Amino acid sequence: MTPLAGYLLVAALLFAIGLAGALTRRNAILVLIGIELMLNAANLNLIAFWRYGPHPEALTGMMFAIFSIAVAAAEAAVGLGLVIAIHRHAHTTDLDQMNRMKG
Amino acid sequence: MSFAFYLVSALTVAGALAAVLLKNTVHCALALTVAFAGLALLFLQLDAQFAGFAQILVYIGAVAILVVFAILLTRGSETPKDGGIFSRTWLAGLAVAAAVFAMLGWAVLQSEPGLPRATPAPTVTVGEIGVALMGRYVLPLEIVALLLTAALIGAVIVAMHEKEGTK
Repeated sequence: MTPLAGYLLVAALLFAIGLAGALTRRNAILVLIGIELMLNAANLNLIAFWRYGPHPEALTGMMFAIFSIAVAAAEAAVGLGLVIAIHRHAHTTDLDQMNRMKG
Repeated sequence: MSFAFYLVSALTVAGALAAVLLKNTVHCALALTVAFAGLALLFLQLDAQFAGFAQILVYIGAVAILVVFAILLTRGSETPKDGGIFSRTWLAGLAVAAAVFAMLGWAVLQSEPGLPRATPAPTVTVGEIGVALMGRYVLPLEIVALLLTAALIGAVIVAMHEKEGTK
């Protein structure tokens, strides 16, 4: 197995674990954790392709991963803020009970 | 493939599995930190030192702490009395995730003969990354700065206490 294929398989496994967590957990925070895992798997793909690509000195994949990390940090802040706001309003973080958009 | 790669991969995958499977949400957050650390080690193995340390700073230093704060602020509602920690449609979600992994794994293994073999490690200094950020990528950098400011203000406003009577 080439090294690149190994990293891509690990990233695919992490993505699938994150997707399974986001689709099956009932707690909203755990769903956000699953989304973070999926974003990290994508970052691993970007870095692996940068490392084994034809022009690593162009830094394209590395820059993409760095900007992706920054956007993921913004996403986490807003997402967790929303969860806290919903918890204060509805006193639950159970997604099965969050079935109304109007409070 | 080196022994270190398998070790770090196993650590990362185990951390990710524990993060989505454990019952106690605080344990989930700690397992998530392990997965983030494993990913940072994978980045370092890929000679991406800057991305690896940015991963440690941003994810372990900020996102994991944020998750723990959110869990502690919403304490008391995380263990539902009825049913378990998984939703009623967990089987469908698991099937979708398994199908996605099968598809991705099949694609990787099919294209494996065409993938590049071991290439010499690129030597990228932090100075070069800084020059690239201030030169070719200056517009995305400014947009990210704007996005982070907007996200900071937005998160504070969303999570801020509503005053009584002004709802």
